[in-house]
Amino acid sequence: MTRLLETAAHPRSLRRVAIEPITRVEGHGKVTLLLDEQNRVHQARLHIVEFRGFEKFIQGRPYWEVPVLVQRLCGICPVSHHLAAGKAVDMLVGVRQLTPTAEKLRRLLHKGQMLQSHALHFFHLASPDLLFGFDSEVERRNIIGVIGEHTDLAVHGVMLRKFGQQVIKAVAGKRIHGTACIPGGMNKALTVEERDTLRRETTQMIRWSQEAVRLCRDVLEKSEHAPIFGVFPSNFLSLVRANGMLDFYDGGLRARDAQGATIFDHVDCTRYNRYIHEEVKSWSYMKFPFIINLGDEEGWYRVGPLARLNNCDGLDTVFAEHERQVFREAAGGGMQHATLAYHWARMIEMLHAAEGIERLLDDPDILGTDLVTRGEPALEGVGVIEAPRGTLFHHYKVDENDMIVRANLIVSTTNNNQAMNEAVRNVAATYLDGNKLTEGLLNHIEVAVRAYDPCLSCATHALGKMPLVVELVDAEGTVVDKMVKDARD
Amino acid sequence: MISSETKKTFRLDGKEIPFREGQTVFDAAMAAGVYIPHLCHNPDFEPHSSCRLCTVIVNGRPFASCTQPAVAGQDVKSDTPELNEMRRTLTEMLFAEGNHYCPACEKSGNCRLQATAYALGLQDNQFPQFFPRREVDSSHPDIIFDRDRCILCGLCLRISRDVDKKSVFAMTDRGIGTTIVVDSPSGLLADSKVARTDEAVQHCPVGALMMKGEAYMVPIGRRRYDLRPINEDSVAEFQAREEALHG
Repeated sequence: MTRLLETAAHPRSLRRVAIEPITRVEGHGKVTLLLDEQNRVHQARLHIVEFRGFEKFIQGRPYWEVPVLVQRLCGICPVSHHLAAGKAVDMLVGVRQLTPTAEKLRRLLHKGQMLQSHALHFFHLASPDLLFGFDSEVERRNIIGVIGEHTDLAVHGVMLRKFGQQVIKAVAGKRIHGTACIPGGMNKALTVEERDTLRRETTQMIRWSQEAVRLCRDVLEKSEHAPIFGVFPSNFLSLVRANGMLDFYDGGLRARDAQGATIFDHVDCTRYNRYIHEEVKSWSYMKFPFIINLGDEEGWYRVGPLARLNNCDGLDTVFAEHERQVFREAAGGGMQHATLAYHWARMIEMLHAAEGIERLLDDPDILGTDLVTRGEPALEGVGVIEAPRGTLFHHYKVDENDMIVRANLIVSTTNNNQAMNEAVRNVAATYLDGNKLTEGLLNHIEVAVRAYDPCLSCATHALGKMPLVVELVDAEGTVVDKMVKDARD
Repeated sequence: MISSETKKTFRLDGKEIPFREGQTVFDAAMAAGVYIPHLCHNPDFEPHSSCRLCTVIVNGRPFASCTQPAVAGQDVKSDTPELNEMRRTLTEMLFAEGNHYCPACEKSGNCRLQATAYALGLQDNQFPQFFPRREVDSSHPDIIFDRDRCILCGLCLRISRDVDKKSVFAMTDRGIGTTIVVDSPSGLLADSKVARTDEAVQHCPVGALMMKGEAYMVPIGRRRYDLRPINEDSVAEFQAREEALHG
């Protein structure tokens, strides 16, 4: 329904409203709305206005540099790119199965990443909207407001993120942009001291994660918005294990439709491009992936926490699995389609990650020193993982001299491109259509985008302090209304 | 009172430095525990005095300390604001004229250029980047030659000629256009006489000549200059070498 708002029939006669840049997301993007004189919405688009070019400039570099190089895509989830590229490079050196210690270290690294990224998003970026209301006073609607009025919660958020980063540092040497994955394994064993230091914290982290799940569930259950805000049917894509359980690090691709029927299942990740293609649209630097046999109109899908919990048959940790069942029961056992349910699913995953970290630290293999293995080299490698924001694809081809000649990255946020546009249109049509624009109403649009935790680049942390200029321009191009939020405000 | 002439010492930044006959200012200073920044010099091989980072003021005139003989009674200045500023400027120019991407470089943490920049307190670069277009030669099965990172110190050239007796490397063109070329029919390493065991490929101070299959093997925190800064590391290495050679 809402996809009809992608392109207006007569844009010249409409006035344009731009939300630029979107705040409290990673990177730079903008939303444009085309409205008629009665403020009826005729077009709503999410534009990604950055151009990065990583796929091009890693060409001509040796393949072993790639896991360290491409993690610079992002300062929030560099581990995700490091791991996905690391898996692809494993294939280039002929390794499909790491040593037990190397694989568990990578899984530990990944869970630390999942924990810190989800904590950052929920507590620092999203909680002000959920705790104070989408159109609450803008001066209060930020992390400083949360610290002032929900101090314990804010501290828990900071400490959860800190713990996740400590896990990353123990495995990769640095909290951000470390080195861990080398071709066919890992470069550092975990010491007993590092293991014990982390293990002393896990009980507390699990408890705080449980509280965060409960808080999120309660807020959404009481929310007047949750049943209608950005609720639309979609397909879902994620990795699952052979037994259907959720796996962040490895598995086969599973896609389900809006009713939960399987589109494809347990697809070998190396064959991803036989199932998924990307469409290019002239108004965004971000491509629009879709499932090939459904076509670009019907084949778009959602990824990330909501997709993973909708798709999987279960979680292998006790507390998180209980919460997953509550989550699914809330949708009558069917698929959750609410955009705001992303927050709930994200907190369940954070709990799952905390439990998983504890389990890995108790595993004797985690202290092993057999870290690297080798196989028969190949000229092509594909690495796919579940990053915090969704399924992440890295695909490389090398020449006989070990140099990258082709690279294809489908990052998590790209997979959600169409879904975020759908959410923007849905919310614009539901809340803005025909109403006088206010800052609070425009924030509804940002709340919809924010729920997907988009990572539009690697660099920007706005924390609600980014400059925002919204202009109302009439059909003759005259500015009739303007709102400015300065970065220093 | 015994004069510095009879003890064979010279004065470096106000400190008396003993030396043996034939030692350079650089060697005597390092043996005495005084670090002089340097890039093109490796004490195991003949000095070259091309990078000029080790420039000191001897009796009021500038000399490259790696080739300047120590003379009793001379007055040498090294750790002065003017000389350190000159060293920073030279280092900035090396960064500007190459393509040095430390964040992803496999030599990071083990790189003399990077470590020297840290030791000199280099925080930024006043010069615009040249972004030169240079070729990477990965044709050899064991060795990769990344000209992006070459600082033209000439160590590979000298060692290949003097120690390996192969003269695999040479400099071509002039001035800012100077580059290292490989002696082979195709100009590629794969067609040259270079081998994995050659001394010439073991001593590159930056990440220009690297062994394949060894990238990032040493984790962050355990790389050479993670363990101690280059000023301490160079002095300790030099003193250990002196101890081994001269007791």
